[in-house]
Amino acid sequence: MFETFSYITLQQYWWIIVSLLGAILVFLMFVQGGQTLIYTLGKTEDERTVLVNLLGRKWEFTFTTLVTFGGAFFASFPLFYSTSFGGAYWVWMLILIAFVVQAVSYEYRKKPNNFFGKRTYETLLFINGLLGTVLIGTAVATFFTGSAFSVDKMNITRLIGDKMPVISEWKGLAYGLEAALNLHNLTLGLTVFFLARVLALLYFMNRVNNTEIMVRVKKQLIYNAIPFVIFFLIFTIWLLLSKGFAVNPISKEVYIEPYKYLHNLIAMPVVAVIFVLGVAMVLLGIIRPIACFVKCSTKGIWLTGIGTILTVFALFLLVGFNNTAYYPSTFDLQSSLTIENSSSSFYTLTIMSYVSLLVPFVLAYIWYAWRSIDNKKIDIEEINTDSHVY
Amino acid sequence: MEHVDFSLVDWSRAQFALTAMYHWLFVPLTLGLSFIIAFMETQYVRTGNPEWKRITKFWMTLFGINFAIGVATGIILEFEFGTNWSNYSWFVGDIFGAPLAIEGIMAFFMESTFIAVMFFGWNKVSKKFHLISTWLVAIGSNLSALWILVANAWMQNPAGMKFNPDTARNEMLNFWDVLFSPVAMNKFLHTALSAYVLAAVFVIGVSAWYLLKNREKTFAKKSMKVAAIFGLAASFLTIVSGDGSARNMAKFQPMKFAAMENLYIGQQNAPLVAIGFLQKNKTEMDPKEQNFVFKLEIPNMLSYMAFLSPNAYVPGIYDLVKGNAEHHILSYKERSEKGKISIESLAEYKNAKKAGNDSIAKIALAKFNENYAHFGYGYYANRDVNELIPSVPSTFYSFRIMVGLGFHFLALFLVVLLLIKKDKIDKKRFILYTALWTIPLAYIASELGWIVAEVGRQPWVIQDILPTIAAVSQIKPASVQFTFWLFLVIFTGLLIAEIKIMVSQIKKGPDSEDADHHTNNELINS
Repeated sequence: MFETFSYITLQQYWWIIVSLLGAILVFLMFVQGGQTLIYTLGKTEDERTVLVNLLGRKWEFTFTTLVTFGGAFFASFPLFYSTSFGGAYWVWMLILIAFVVQAVSYEYRKKPNNFFGKRTYETLLFINGLLGTVLIGTAVATFFTGSAFSVDKMNITRLIGDKMPVISEWKGLAYGLEAALNLHNLTLGLTVFFLARVLALLYFMNRVNNTEIMVRVKKQLIYNAIPFVIFFLIFTIWLLLSKGFAVNPISKEVYIEPYKYLHNLIAMPVVAVIFVLGVAMVLLGIIRPIACFVKCSTKGIWLTGIGTILTVFALFLLVGFNNTAYYPSTFDLQSSLTIENSSSSFYTLTIMSYVSLLVPFVLAYIWYAWRSIDNKKIDIEEINTDSHVY
Repeated sequence: MEHVDFSLVDWSRAQFALTAMYHWLFVPLTLGLSFIIAFMETQYVRTGNPEWKRITKFWMTLFGINFAIGVATGIILEFEFGTNWSNYSWFVGDIFGAPLAIEGIMAFFMESTFIAVMFFGWNKVSKKFHLISTWLVAIGSNLSALWILVANAWMQNPAGMKFNPDTARNEMLNFWDVLFSPVAMNKFLHTALSAYVLAAVFVIGVSAWYLLKNREKTFAKKSMKVAAIFGLAASFLTIVSGDGSARNMAKFQPMKFAAMENLYIGQQNAPLVAIGFLQKNKTEMDPKEQNFVFKLEIPNMLSYMAFLSPNAYVPGIYDLVKGNAEHHILSYKERSEKGKISIESLAEYKNAKKAGNDSIAKIALAKFNENYAHFGYGYYANRDVNELIPSVPSTFYSFRIMVGLGFHFLALFLVVLLLIKKDKIDKKRFILYTALWTIPLAYIASELGWIVAEVGRQPWVIQDILPTIAAVSQIKPASVQFTFWLFLVIFTGLLIAEIKIMVSQIKKGPDSEDADHHTNNELINS
């Protein structure tokens, strides 16, 4: 089946898969958002335990999605892997370390004799929530703003002289940290941070059965939704007005085009519809529980969650499709990465496409397994009687 | 290549070694204990005996503690291929990326989804569904081991690919050749089976501690029995697959094999040094000669082990470096000359292509292909070829200690099983102490196995094709040095926490079913 596809179709198919994984990852970062709210929402130890356990039953899923996102990106666009990871070293290292410390914190937080004490593990969860969201947002923003690097595959033939035979050379002085100093990048970082918190609040609303926590959740929803909307608007407006990195479809030459991303949105009406629909769903999911009077909707997580997936998905398509360089170089335009010049071979993409057919099956068992253990809201009583508690 | 920043290469290697070895402290227990737990729960579902549920739940708690830190140390490794070995990521990413992605899609999701059912589903799903989930956790974690070991094996024996000069990278030709290469299959079996041995030793050791303390006798004996049967089978098969590993090594990585055996001059009817002590380097000869202070040999055994024939010729380090015309072995000097031609022809080909000169491009390409088998050696054209010899003492000793311990585990499983059968195990304190102290030995054996595999293949990231000096990312050595210490501090801290938590849980012992609520309430109120 996939063998009959053209190379570019497979490259686009894999960009769609990577984009979807990235989009789902942003949605699932509600876990990270929630980790920054444990003390804001939980005033007693029991309350905090409920919140931690609610997040603790989902953290691994976010983590696995991150790892799979990395693996899929590596398998389908290896030049991105070698250029970005090997260059923006510090940004990726900080992100990774933020996730390393998360992975033990749930399991070890409450265990007797845990060496660092409960507060330390809670602080690590907070660090993961803050750094994970802000830095991933910042790193993704460089897809639009560009980074300073050069790529020359012939560098591997360097046998003499004092230069190393390295294909991708980073020119940014701070090995990636310079990205965090760019205001546009930081705007997206903060958007993701506040979005993750909003999603976490909606998730708690859906899952917690406790009046005191609910009152705080509702208040916090407003406090976090406002900065989220502001940062998101700033980023979006800037994006639509900014110049972008276009590729000449014939000569493959990369050049700067004014209003490139706005043009892409117009040129790809389907993407525009997904984007607008996504944004509308995100906002509606937030507004409904805020604007209600007596009985509030608790399904906001689904509306805003799916909206998040659609919006992020559309942003990825915007930067990858319609002759656009998705990982542009500000140092040497022609080094910019496109889905065509950075992808795996036709054969590998074909094989991987067959593997991708497993995805619906994976989603189905995740849905089934979760439904069977998440069938009712969680309160303090339930946590206290569970045999595995974080 | 004349100029290489060795501090960058060395720190990058050190960081990878550090993170990989830390990760491997936790993985084997996950791989093996997941199956042991699944057996135990199967017993529970089959017999309905609540004691089995208690046993299952106790080991599951330890599994969870170990699993969390395994996950924490694992994420780094996947991304380090990009962060620290960026050239590698492009040069072979077309082949190497696929198993990593499949690992995520196929294995990690299975593991993480059903682990949630395993831990939180006791009172929510049916017994049967819970049992299936436990089995799926075991299968999922072992599948993830399969894919990452396929990837590792491919680096040791790059199969199923071809270099594409237009993209300047290796591209996959046949997925099945990558997956089912004999090296990959053997590597998976040997590594997974040795992990089962470690987990069995762990369960037996901890159970022995209870018997020594006169606590939880039924629990301990039942646990021991499951682990000893599992361990015995795994032990036996580890030895068989280890034999296969040695044969693969002799065939595909003769230098690793020679270094592991401290064999400098090749010979027919080569003996195996069962026990030996190396002499310290007295003079820096070329290549560095090393001899034995003492050795105990088994005649013809090495030839037999490597090629299944006592008369077979096994090349030594000297033959590989200097070449041996009689046995058709090219010297490293010749190989590096050929490699250099290959690398230069690639540049020629690209330049000719750019200039539109197809006939020159064609000639260059032919020259390139003819010499590609030596590509990686080209980077040593202006360097000392002795850099291509891995550390002999570390592989030589690691291999022997690993094998010796392997037989010790086999014996332990046999003795324990026999004593359980005779119902005398709780009286044999010496055996119980031995079992307890074998736990750290299992970890040592497991790590040493990786030292043989990975130190022994230095400097090759991809055997014969890409050496570390051409694979590394161009970052400031100080940055890598900094992250090295950072990881060391973080991982060591987490390891201490893990051990302390594990020990407390073991001291606390298994809960009774009623005690469950009680303890958790206590926990929450504390």
